Amino acid sequence: MTIGASRNGRGLDLPADGDGSGRFLPWLIGLMVYLAALALAGMMVLQGAIERWDSALAGTLTVQLPAGAGGNIEAVLALLRATPGVIRAEPLDAAANAALLEPWLGQGLAANELRLPRLIDLRVDPTRELDHSALAKRLAAVAPGARLDDNRGWLDRLFDIALAIELVAAAIVALVTGAAVMSIVFATRTGLAIHHGTVEVLHLIGAHDTFIATQFQWHALRLGLRGGVIGLVPAVLTLLVLGEAAGGAMPAGGVGALPSLTLTPADWGILLLLPVAAALTALSTARITVLRALARMP
Amino acid sequence: MAKAAWLRRWTRSPASCDVRPPSAAARKARQTLVRFENVGMRYGAGREVLRDITMELAPGGFYFLTGPSGAGKSSLLKLIYLAERPSRGLITLFGRDLATTPRRELPALRRRIGVVFQDFRLIPHLSALDNVALPLRVAGHRDDRIRENVAELLRWVGLADELDAKPATLSGGQQQRVAIARAVVSKPSLLLADEPTGNVDDRIAARLLRLFEELNRQGTTIVVATHNEGMIARFAHTRLHLESGELTVVAPPRAAMPAAGAPA
Repeated sequence: MTIGASRNGRGLDLPADGDGSGRFLPWLIGLMVYLAALALAGMMVLQGAIERWDSALAGTLTVQLPAGAGGNIEAVLALLRATPGVIRAEPLDAAANAALLEPWLGQGLAANELRLPRLIDLRVDPTRELDHSALAKRLAAVAPGARLDDNRGWLDRLFDIALAIELVAAAIVALVTGAAVMSIVFATRTGLAIHHGTVEVLHLIGAHDTFIATQFQWHALRLGLRGGVIGLVPAVLTLLVLGEAAGGAMPAGGVGALPSLTLTPADWGILLLLPVAAALTALSTARITVLRALARMP
Repeated sequence: MAKAAWLRRWTRSPASCDVRPPSAAARKARQTLVRFENVGMRYGAGREVLRDITMELAPGGFYFLTGPSGAGKSSLLKLIYLAERPSRGLITLFGRDLATTPRRELPALRRRIGVVFQDFRLIPHLSALDNVALPLRVAGHRDDRIRENVAELLRWVGLADELDAKPATLSGGQQQRVAIARAVVSKPSLLLADEPTGNVDDRIAARLLRLFEELNRQGTTIVVATHNEGMIARFAHTRLHLESGELTVVAPPRAAMPAAGAPA
């Protein structure tokens, strides 16, 4: 003989597992967690890629000389190396040019088959302010048609695109969270209706609202955790498959048009916390739903 | 039923051992367990089921609540056990004005009231023992203390062999005894019973009322809603009679019974 009501030490156990009110809730939460995991992973991959691009391009400038302006290159190099703040100025040789074009034009490119501009790679001291427009004017005087590219223009456009994608992903996460919360609210209300008699008796014998809410919140916690695991497992498998496919579709190390699309260990840690977040969301939603319903009782 | 050990312990309970002389206000508050002043009640926008109810229940009193079906007996009891709110008037319970008592303090008042519902309202998935233990668990008592007291109480009401039985497996009379045990297990100051004799024969009804009288002798105020005129005549207590939502008080035949009724 046991005080069955106290077997978990938290209070009366409503027979919620068998009442059907939460039968589909783990699957609904699982679907939400799956979608949220993919959206979050997309956000984190994009954020990581942008950060890697940004750091790779920090302190670098490119000078582009028109094709056939070879005679001026030494003068341009002299000008650049004499400019305060410039740490290094090195022209890219034919092999480096070919490597840059390889993602688009393929291997075996003979640089002399195309009229390519000459590129000079500049490393500048990021702590010093470099007047780009003044330098561009001095370059134009030495080599007409020379362009100074600080990469900022296309990187800013990339940031804008990335921000838009991140906002869409965040909206997806918010929507699936909202849908999950609504599912939990409806399941909890159904449970309250099914157990109305028991809830009323508990209320009338002097149970505090929190005592009754506790009955429902632990049940919701278990359902949320179960749903979280149900959603996370296929999400992890999907991300592994996508990662493998993306890795095979680009050069090793992510060199080329796209950086490496990989999740860091910290990113994986965040994704693995999704079931916990789902469980805590379920717990708090169920608790608030029950407390609001009980507040309408005398 | 013999006086059980749990009842003797109850009698010795030091819960009210306050040696200081009570103030006049405290004395007045203690003298009246329940006070209704011009109370009216309606469900939603319907007609008033209780009208201008004015009454007082004194501590240690025993009252029959009578009246035809639909007269408002259950509604009156619901107001006392805080299942409903009055639509007008003033209710004072254990010295607290319910209109100004914060909602968070109502559970403590409810724990001082035991209720035997007409339909028993036992929780179907819990055993007899767990059903009776419920008020104690709600009040936060320790499990080992609960088991000891509840098992003894169930033995006292003759259900020693049914501790683990679910309500569906018990007879109507057994369910009623579980409901009574649940109502008295927390030693309430006030016990309300809604038609407890409605579904039992006169022999069982008399036994039940003797049980209530025994509890009453230990200090519990008892209110029994009943149609059973034979029992009312046999157990002479103050009668609160409801007719068309209005209350009249009929004094007990014996002068020794506690006073009750509308203030003069």
